[in-house]
Amino acid sequence: MPFAFRDVISILDYSREDLELLFETTDKIRELLGKKSSLNYLNGKIAALLFLEPSTRTMYSFQTAVYRLGGKALVFTSEQATSLAKGENYADTIRMFDSYSDVIIVRSKYEGTARFVAEIAEKPVINGGDGRHEHPTQAMIDLYTIRYFFGRIDGLTIGILGDLKYARTIASLLYGLTLYNPRKVYLISPGVLRLREEVRRKILERNLPITEVSRLDEVIEELDVLYVTRIQKERYPDPIEYEKVKNLYKITPETLTKVKENFKILHPLPKIDEIDPRIDNTKYAGYFQQAKLGVPLRMALLLLVLGLWG
Amino acid sequence: MEKTLIVSKIKNGIVIDHIPAGKALKVLKVLGLRGPEGYRISLVMNVESKKLGRKDIVKIENKYLSRQELSLVALIAPSATINVIKDYEVVEKYKVTLPDMITGLIKCPNPTCISRKRNEPITSKFYVLKKEKIMLECYYCGTMISGEEIEKYITV
Repeated sequence: MPFAFRDVISILDYSREDLELLFETTDKIRELLGKKSSLNYLNGKIAALLFLEPSTRTMYSFQTAVYRLGGKALVFTSEQATSLAKGENYADTIRMFDSYSDVIIVRSKYEGTARFVAEIAEKPVINGGDGRHEHPTQAMIDLYTIRYFFGRIDGLTIGILGDLKYARTIASLLYGLTLYNPRKVYLISPGVLRLREEVRRKILERNLPITEVSRLDEVIEELDVLYVTRIQKERYPDPIEYEKVKNLYKITPETLTKVKENFKILHPLPKIDEIDPRIDNTKYAGYFQQAKLGVPLRMALLLLVLGLWG
Repeated sequence: MEKTLIVSKIKNGIVIDHIPAGKALKVLKVLGLRGPEGYRISLVMNVESKKLGRKDIVKIENKYLSRQELSLVALIAPSATINVIKDYEVVEKYKVTLPDMITGLIKCPNPTCISRKRNEPITSKFYVLKKEKIMLECYYCGTMISGEEIEKYITV
C-alpha cells in the first residue's frame, strides 16, 4: 500500500513500482467505467478541492473523479476565497478543511504550497499544481498516456517542447521520466526558456539522457512522442525576438511530414495556438485522449491514497 | 609569519581561524557582533596561510558559539576552524560544519515561494546539498542558492 494516507507532493516521492501500481489500478478503473459510469468506492467520503489559483481542467477532472467514485467534493476556488481576501492565512483555511474532509487537493500560485499544507493537515494532501514548481498528477497522467499509446515508456525517444523554464508540468514530467529508461529526451526550446538549474540538476543526477536543442525540425523524425507546451509571449524580454522564434515552435501539418508512423503529440492543455487545429483529427493528436485519461487516473490515485483499493 | 603574534593570546573565548580572506567582518555581522555587545574582539585580515594563501582570523573573548551560530559561520566561511580557549589553552579545536538542513536562517530568493508569503506560520528550510562549496535547496520550492549569493539572503 505505498500510497495509502501518504501525501502526493512531488512525483519523486514515489518509485517506478509505485507508479506501475497506480497505472494498473487506472487500467482496472477504466475497465469498470466501461461497464458502469459511476462507482461507489468513495461513498461517505469528502474531498476538499482548494483551488487558490484559477484552474479548469485539473479542478473539474478531480471533481469528476470524486463524483464518479460516489464521493462528495467541497470546492473552494480563488473566487470564493472571501475570507482569504479578508486576510485569513492559508494555514487557518487548511486547518478548517482538514477537519471537514478526508483528502485535500490544493493548487496555488505559490511554489511549495502543497508541502506547507501537508505539514499542517493530518489528512493526505495531493498537489494540484504549485506555481511553476510541480504538478505531479499531470505528470502521472502524461506517463500513463505514453504507456497507453506505446505499451511502455522505456526505450522511447521523447521530445519536450516549449516553456521549459516556467512550465510546472514539464518539471514534473521530467522527474517522472527519471524513474524510467527512455532512449533519449530532447529538450526543445529557445535559449531564454531553457530548464531551471534546480530541475536540470535533479534530472542529471538521476541520469536522464537529455539533449538540449533549439529547433524542432532537427529532431522530429527521431521522436516517438512530442510533448508540447505553450511559449508565452510575455516570457520574452523582447517582443521582436518572440516574433522571430514563434513559428519555429508552432506545430502544423507541414511540421509532421516526416514523423514516425506511431508518433504522438501530447499537451497538458489548454492549448492556444501552438498546435494547428488541423492536427486535432489526425492520428498524431494524443492530447484529447490524454485529457480523458486524467479522470480514471485521478480516481485510481484517490482510491490508493485513501487506502480504499487492494 | 606564524611565529609572530599580531594579536595577543586570549584567556577565555574562541578563535575563529581559516576564514577566507576578506570575510571576517561578515562573520562578525552574522554573529550579530557590532560592538555595543561589549565583547573584546580582535580581528586580523589577509594574513598568510598555508591552506588558503591568505586568511582572516577573529578572536572573541568570553564567547562560545551555539549550534545556530556555528551554522551561520559555516555559511559565510565553510573553511573556518574554531579553537575554544580556556585559561590561554586550546581545549577544543574543530572545523565548522553545516547541518543537513538549515531552518530559519535564510530567506528563499524566490519571491513567490510559500515560505515568503506574509502572515503564514512558516519558517524557511533549506537542504544542504553541498557543504564545502555550499549549495542549498529550498525545502518548499526547490530554488537553489550557492556561493556568494547566500550572504544576501541571511536573515539574522
